[in-house]
Amino acid sequence: MKNTINYLLHLADNSLIMAQRLSEWCGHGPILEQDIALSNIALDYVGQARNLYQYAAELKGEGTTEDSLAYLRNDREYLNCLLVELPNGDWAQTVLKIFFFSSYQYYLYQQLRQNGDERIAAIAEKSLKEVSYHLKWSSEWVIRLGDGTAESKRRMEMAIPELWSFTGELFEPVEYESGFTDPAQLKDSWNKKVETIFHEATLPVPAVTTWFQSGGKSGIHTEHLGYILAEMQVLQREHPGATW
Amino acid sequence: MVKMGNPESISAEKVWSVLETVTDPEVPVLTIIDLGIVREVKVEDSRVEVIITPTYSGCPAMDVISMNIRLALLQEGIRDISVKQVLSPAWTTDWMTKAGRDKLQAYGIAPPQYKQVVCEPDAFAKEEAIQCPRCQSYNTRLVSQFGSTACKALYQCNDCHEPFDYFKCH
Repeated sequence: MKNTINYLLHLADNSLIMAQRLSEWCGHGPILEQDIALSNIALDYVGQARNLYQYAAELKGEGTTEDSLAYLRNDREYLNCLLVELPNGDWAQTVLKIFFFSSYQYYLYQQLRQNGDERIAAIAEKSLKEVSYHLKWSSEWVIRLGDGTAESKRRMEMAIPELWSFTGELFEPVEYESGFTDPAQLKDSWNKKVETIFHEATLPVPAVTTWFQSGGKSGIHTEHLGYILAEMQVLQREHPGATW
Repeated sequence: MVKMGNPESISAEKVWSVLETVTDPEVPVLTIIDLGIVREVKVEDSRVEVIITPTYSGCPAMDVISMNIRLALLQEGIRDISVKQVLSPAWTTDWMTKAGRDKLQAYGIAPPQYKQVVCEPDAFAKEEAIQCPRCQSYNTRLVSQFGSTACKALYQCNDCHEPFDYFKCH
């Protein structure tokens, strides 16, 4: 039960922090349509996070709610991967982060759709349809930029080393993940997807054996998460229980 | 005026007909029946349970829709109401009624295609030919996969140049 709760929190935190980061782009996108695309993707992540938090809150009991989980936990209690909390950087970096994350989520939810826990399977089935759009959208942008102008290619080539060392953590299971997925199979599918898209984008595929950062899934985060939570939680901390 | 309903007179058919009056706050020409999001209605004595499913996980209209269902039933004198959300089976545009598709078209939003092709994650896959709701031309192009709400994509007609929303396959 404790593992299930932590696993749900881990999945929910990934989605929520992705959403919070992407929403920083709102009003700042390179063109209106893509600004709207990022807000739409962020909204899908918020929805997925809510479904997961609601289930975690029910299992936890004792008055826990989706809001108390999102707004009243500290950074050490957040179990998201480091990748999602990294700053947005430029357009290339944001696009690449969504591509890495949505291809991970795509294979992850395919596995979770088969889960014995009906509620988790249902959330995965629902989320998978949305993630397919994110994956298609971000794959196309990786190709468009990588195989685009000299400048767009240079930006993509700079974004890859910024993010690559944070991708390994997605496939390094921590204790509470055991039994939910097959991380080796996930990693294999993910690597193949990245290779295919990078090849089409004429971008170099980094070595899979490099050293990877980790810690987020156990609550040990980069300095960035505290700032995200400060902004996201300030209203509930200042005015507990405030509603719209 | 609120009618004081006789609890014994509630039938599932009655509840379904009340639900026909509840519309989607973001696409007000569609009722929630047209959308296909009402999955089940259970009536037991004076107790009514309505089971709905969201179009997208983050659809902000769901909370408003739940409230409007409640209000519409209360107006009919039904007091014991529960509106429950389920995620599985996941909503699909295949559940949208023919009437709903016609209303969308008349409203200027291209209705979803029956055969789903866009849900595949492959990059630069063949795009669907979407019909312009204004001049009926199929010579249209995708402007953005994401539009004004989670359920729509942006298109433009190459013939009449009208930009329009497409209620995308899901």
